[in-house]
Amino acid sequence: MKKWLIMLVAIVLGLLGLAGCSSSDKSSGESKDGKVEITYGFWDKKQVPAINEIIKKFNEKYPNIKVKTEITPYGQYFQKLETAATGGALPDVLWMNGAHVQQYAEGKVIIPLNDLVKKDDYSLDNYPKSLVDLYTVNDQVYGIPKDYDTIGLWYNKKIFDDAGVAYPDESWDWNKLKEVAKKLTNKDKGIWGFASTLMNQEGYYNFIWQNGGEIVSADGKTAGFDKPETIEALKFDVSFIKEGLSPTQAQMTETAASELFSSGKIAMMFDGPWMVPEYKKNPDINVAVLPKGKQRAVSIHGLANVIAANTKHKDAAWKFVQFLGSKDAAEIFAKTGTVIPAYNGTQDAWLKSVPNMNLKVFIDSAEYSVPLPSVKATGEIWQYEVDVLKKAWSLEVSVEDAAKELNKMANDALAKN
Amino acid sequence: MKELPLNGDVKGKRKKSVSSLAKTKKRSDYFWAYVMIAPTMLGLFIFYLWPILQTFYYSFTEWGAFGQHVWIGLENYKRMLTDANLFQSIKNTAIYIIFTVPIGIFLSILVAVLLNQKIKGKTVYRTLYFLPVITMPAAIAMVWRWLYNADYGLLNYLLSLFGIKGPHWVSDPKIALYSIIVVAIWSGVGYNMVIFLSGLQGIPRVYYEAAEIDGAGPFTVFFKITLPLLSPVIFFVTIMSLIGAFQVFDLIFMMIGKGSTALEHTQSIVYLFYQHAFVLNDKGYAAAIAVVLLIVILIITAIQMALQKKWVHYD
Repeated sequence: MKKWLIMLVAIVLGLLGLAGCSSSDKSSGESKDGKVEITYGFWDKKQVPAINEIIKKFNEKYPNIKVKTEITPYGQYFQKLETAATGGALPDVLWMNGAHVQQYAEGKVIIPLNDLVKKDDYSLDNYPKSLVDLYTVNDQVYGIPKDYDTIGLWYNKKIFDDAGVAYPDESWDWNKLKEVAKKLTNKDKGIWGFASTLMNQEGYYNFIWQNGGEIVSADGKTAGFDKPETIEALKFDVSFIKEGLSPTQAQMTETAASELFSSGKIAMMFDGPWMVPEYKKNPDINVAVLPKGKQRAVSIHGLANVIAANTKHKDAAWKFVQFLGSKDAAEIFAKTGTVIPAYNGTQDAWLKSVPNMNLKVFIDSAEYSVPLPSVKATGEIWQYEVDVLKKAWSLEVSVEDAAKELNKMANDALAKN
Repeated sequence: MKELPLNGDVKGKRKKSVSSLAKTKKRSDYFWAYVMIAPTMLGLFIFYLWPILQTFYYSFTEWGAFGQHVWIGLENYKRMLTDANLFQSIKNTAIYIIFTVPIGIFLSILVAVLLNQKIKGKTVYRTLYFLPVITMPAAIAMVWRWLYNADYGLLNYLLSLFGIKGPHWVSDPKIALYSIIVVAIWSGVGYNMVIFLSGLQGIPRVYYEAAEIDGAGPFTVFFKITLPLLSPVIFFVTIMSLIGAFQVFDLIFMMIGKGSTALEHTQSIVYLFYQHAFVLNDKGYAAAIAVVLLIVILIITAIQMALQKKWVHYD
């Protein structure tokens, strides 16, 4: 009898042990004193100070909602979300980008906010319309815009001064960019004039749009990589590598271009305002508007806060999302110089946060900006871009061949969805 | 005389009770053994066996977003037959195995034999060789990545002192895989060395003494005594290193960047699996790759088990 009892205890303990392993999921608990805990998932470590300050302010208003942050580096962010969404373990509130919102909305793992917006009379007019549209899927709003970013031409003043060349300005076009890159490239000192990074949003997309090419057609059905304008733009981008004006693709995979740039090895490169916290450490660095091609164009993208469908605390999550979208939160983001807040009218504070940099170009260029492709297959197409275009960037195959191969893969991906 | 029957009686009685006691004791021993391993077995079933069965099932499905999947029969397996990337990754894995396993084992035996001698500071050497084993693979990969950096790495700097311009160790498609192999061997030698050391110390001294009396030289001793008696350990290490080499992933993932042009020429089968499962969200096809890998490893291990009779000496 006694033995049976012991065995029973042993088995129960064993099972408890197992249950203990599995119960550590991200579902947030509700403690006795009515406090709820929600998690906030995002990827950018540089924004942690600003976000912590916002949470502090949020808790002054709502002391009963505890917010736990969960940072996943961008490289793994959407892979982790995919798995978490499958298992119903998404953070209650999370960052979403334009490339994935369709997929997540149609997969019903994030919730539409229309009812909540209507109930609380929450105004979406405070944000640029293009950003609200980006997060509207089938006439339902899924995200409250958080910030936006365009791309600028970052440059190192010291390299320009040493070579006696004038800094970039609005008059620059592609030819001027090439001409100055040639002047600034100095093999003996190990300085490159420009960096042709294998990046879409901060790199070749800008050239493609400036040249009148396209990535995905307006109806979202066909890819435009094999259009002559697109190929010409890609060729221009790769020509910097070909002519030795940019580090090679191999060099840039071994040492990130942004690192080479901050340490004064690269004179000019395209990059976004999210690099401000990093680049402001180097007093020689400033930013100008992108040189123009056949037309002016720049990629624009903005993040939004969304609510997971598996949240157990929808009200608390919505309160937090509202607060993140508020003017107060936007001002904190602006003041710390982290990102351009999406809330209209708060951008000035962002400009003042780093007065010695010409940050205004990022806001001014929003005027002629083009949003990133937002179709269900965007994530997949982006993967193919890296897989295929890197062969053109490393000069293994011609840009034409790479573009054609990529276009076929992208079209297959578009047809599948 | 009186005592004898009594004695016998007692003996008989005791014998009887002992045997029945032994039976119940044996039964309860089994019972308790099962109770004790129950938690582990449960874990094994839930976290290993069940996922393996699921993987097998998923290999016949195609995946959509967030866990939706439909049955597509053998499509994934058919697709594998025409997947050039898969064949390239099999080739890469094969090269990786051909170099890391034999060289790794050879070097580990060499180091183990040397460190089994009476030399000064051998514990220091043993620790040094074992250090990579207790270091996180990610840390190893990061440090080597920096050493290998073509423009700012230590390796090419040293070469430049001799006027040699070093290659792009981890970006040149022709070299990258071999750069990884070097790191893999370097980080694996310590672990195998420890196993070989214990194997060496398990060889009875008498054989060596007898050989010495018979006047055998050090090479004869090594090939006629040490190697045969070490063969069970060599067998074990070979099986384990082969399985480990088939599953190589972390070093490649960490050392070869996503945009690297060397990726196609370094990605292993498991890396391709990862790419399909977690990057392209093509989990059905990824499961099929995993199943094929499992079968290949099973077959190769079975062949080794069969061949061992020819060369492994258990005493």
